[in-house]
Amino acid sequence: MKIFGLIAVLVVGALLLSATSDFPDWRDKDSPANKSPVSSFYIEKTEKLTKVPNMVTAVLADYRGYDTMFETVVIFIAGIGIIAVLRNFDGPNSSSIKRENNDEGGGLLARFTCSLILPFIQIFALYVVAHGHHSPGGGFQGGVMLGASYILAALAFGLSKAKDIFSERRTMIFAAVGIFIYVGWGVLCLLFGKEFLNYEALDSILPGDAKMARSHSMLIVEIGVAFTVTAIMFSMYSNLSTRGRLSKGL
Amino acid sequence: MTEHFPVLILLVPLFGALIVVLLGRERPDQCWVTSLISLGVSSLISFFTIIAVLSGKVQTLRYRMGGWPESDGYEVGIELRVDILAALVVFAVTFVGFVNTIYSKTRAGAEVRGKIPFFYALIQLLIVGLCGIVMTNDAFNLYVLIEITSLTSYALIAMGNRRAALSSFNYVIMGTIGASFYLIGVGYLYIKTGTLNIDDIRMVLGQNDLWEHQSIIVAFIFIMLGVWTKMAFFPLHGWLPNAYAYAPSMTGTFMAPLMTKVMVYVMIRVMVWVFGNEFVYSSQHVWGEIVIWMSVLAIVAGSLLALARTDIKKILTYLIVAEVGYMVGGSWLAEGIGQAGAFYHILSDAAMTFCLFIAASIIVLRVGDSRVNAFDGLFRKMPLTMIGFTVGALSMIGLPPTCGFFSKWYLISAGIEAGHWGYACALIFSSLVNAVIFFRIFERAYFGKISGVKEDHFPSDSDANPDIRIKEVPWSMLVPLFIASGSVILLGIMNRGLFEWIQTALKIMNT
Amino acid sequence: MDPIIATFIEENIVPNFNYWIYVILMMIGLYAMITKNNLIKKLIGMAIFQTAIILFYVSVGVKDTANIPIISHHGSEHHQMTDLSSETDSTKEIHNTIDKDKYANPLPHVLMLTAIVVGVSTLGLALAISQKIYKSFGTLEEDEILNKLRPGGHD
Repeated sequence: MKIFGLIAVLVVGALLLSATSDFPDWRDKDSPANKSPVSSFYIEKTEKLTKVPNMVTAVLADYRGYDTMFETVVIFIAGIGIIAVLRNFDGPNSSSIKRENNDEGGGLLARFTCSLILPFIQIFALYVVAHGHHSPGGGFQGGVMLGASYILAALAFGLSKAKDIFSERRTMIFAAVGIFIYVGWGVLCLLFGKEFLNYEALDSILPGDAKMARSHSMLIVEIGVAFTVTAIMFSMYSNLSTRGRLSKGL
Repeated sequence: MTEHFPVLILLVPLFGALIVVLLGRERPDQCWVTSLISLGVSSLISFFTIIAVLSGKVQTLRYRMGGWPESDGYEVGIELRVDILAALVVFAVTFVGFVNTIYSKTRAGAEVRGKIPFFYALIQLLIVGLCGIVMTNDAFNLYVLIEITSLTSYALIAMGNRRAALSSFNYVIMGTIGASFYLIGVGYLYIKTGTLNIDDIRMVLGQNDLWEHQSIIVAFIFIMLGVWTKMAFFPLHGWLPNAYAYAPSMTGTFMAPLMTKVMVYVMIRVMVWVFGNEFVYSSQHVWGEIVIWMSVLAIVAGSLLALARTDIKKILTYLIVAEVGYMVGGSWLAEGIGQAGAFYHILSDAAMTFCLFIAASIIVLRVGDSRVNAFDGLFRKMPLTMIGFTVGALSMIGLPPTCGFFSKWYLISAGIEAGHWGYACALIFSSLVNAVIFFRIFERAYFGKISGVKEDHFPSDSDANPDIRIKEVPWSMLVPLFIASGSVILLGIMNRGLFEWIQTALKIMNT
Repeated sequence: MDPIIATFIEENIVPNFNYWIYVILMMIGLYAMITKNNLIKKLIGMAIFQTAIILFYVSVGVKDTANIPIISHHGSEHHQMTDLSSETDSTKEIHNTIDKDKYANPLPHVLMLTAIVVGVSTLGLALAISQKIYKSFGTLEEDEILNKLRPGGHD
């Protein structure tokens, strides 16, 4: 088996490397990918057409917003999938909250430090979501940080306390609401007469001109993404660390 | 309004999945009703899309997401493109999903035990992913949608028993390799062309005459390898038999007819649309011969492995491997009748597999045993189910007026026309082997004694079904079976019309 | 001997060394996925495999002298704004031309954001499946699992 694996790997690797003979050099600014009209359009026209200086966020949430919607769906599927695979809903361990009285979490020092740090982490995460237009950031990045703050709370204070804030039902609702915001915003554009996810259609209900409507819509859509990512990050942690029993955490 | 149909086909099951998750575990019946309505509406819209496409001037619907116009002749956003081929496959996908949801009503509670909203959400997201794959016109979007369908499949299969979890893990490993190979191929194309839109890639490849570059050839090989892994083309088929045989019976009936066929559709699209017929079939590249011989091997190996098995679900999964061999071989023969025949086989194989899988699941459920001797005497006790099974089996063997006969006829004549006698002989050989397999089963079902005892050997349907009295199942499970067998015959009767549409669409694609 | 190797390296590997790195990483990951016995080691191989592809895409978008793809409002472009006041209102807030070569290509970054998320989701789901396997079989080594299944027979 190992010999077969080695041969397969060497063949595939050689095939991949043989193609590099006519690739453009690294860091070449005139390579077809960098010179193409698509990339030039993104770089030159983004700020004029959408008033968002961060080109990556603009491409993610506006030009290729359809892709980002499916990316959010992928993370949603991972969350539901883990619950569907691991959770046992009618066995003896099926109640979703088991009060473990000795679940002290991480100990006194961890609890104290976390209660000091957590608010700052969460505010920074919200800042990253909101400021994605001007600095690296956006829905995914901020959502992961926010989810990580809840995981930190679960580690420090014990999983049962964290589940009081963020029960399983609530995580599922948050996750579904996040995608609802994204898809619903696109359907709103549809109802106003233009194509799906064409934010210019919402010019009449959002402040500013049509270009600012795009900027605002990108923010709304990123908020939806952040909801979903936060909820699913916490749900993945709580299911994977307890093997689906949601009893005592790590 | 009609121009929004492609998006609506996707949006309705997506909303359905979200509503089902929000409904929660306390209301399983409402979850079922929601998925039924959403998939029914979606398949109705896809039916009207077929009519809209056929009545349009260019027989293609295009839809720009976000409404971004092109810049310098290049698409800046993501585009959907629906021609008659895509519309037919989308209708098949949503219709199979809808009929399956009817089928799943009785067994949902027993098989997934409290996880019903998650089951229906995953099913609807699977249908969304499959429809999205068929309609998209952007290479990277295709990757994301392939991963959506793969992730839902992994989760759906792993919800079963422990053997299912192991097979699902195997599927995860092989599926990720396949999807990543596809991603590398797209990356190589992007480096050389600078765009991700499928039409624009074709345009740039032609403009800059990149056909002989090593990187384009390697890109093509890797995209093909990735798609072959996902469609279980021999010898990359290792994940399929275990994954589909041990999956819970309801998920098996959803995935077996659809996943591999949609991947075959992707392969044909990449070959004809991205790279074009001159590139793929030119005599400079030796791969044409190699691939056709590999497909011959796939057909022969799949049929023989099916013959050697005694578990009905394993037999059916190996027959799927052989059918994938038909389609790959047919599309690589040459342009023209081979491609069209392979495409028609996508539709007919979806119908046949659907029919056979439902029938097999019903029988395994009632008899409690999944080996072939479960069929003893069933013609007397479960005549309606056996009629459905017989229609599917006759189509696999290739007898008129079922669709299986016509698709074999097209493929064999394509093989003879291209002068490839090995392929034509492999098809005939496969029909003979199928005849042996199924007539053995018919003989048991007609002449055998009824087996009433549930033995304890490796049942595929491992949750203990206390009711093993062998009688017919309720109508909610028989009606889908009859719809499936009816569509097998209907596709056969309509074959001439369908075939002409397919050929016209392929000609348009190639210009 | 040495000059031949040196020229080979200099002509073929140095200008494309990013491609060589990613291929080697990918092959390490692929080898682990195919040949390792332990399920978790296979998953680690999968993570390495997908990371190598991400590395490849991101390296495509790099340009010499280019900065991150965020249009910055610092520096000498500011005092151009007063000259623009004589032009129409809509161009007042923006710069005259944006030099394409100063910014990295944003498209590969966007694609790889998506690919990273997909990779994380697959890894999470695969870990959940391997936990279920461990609970049912008691072991994570593939050969031991197959041994446990064999006396029960396979088809």
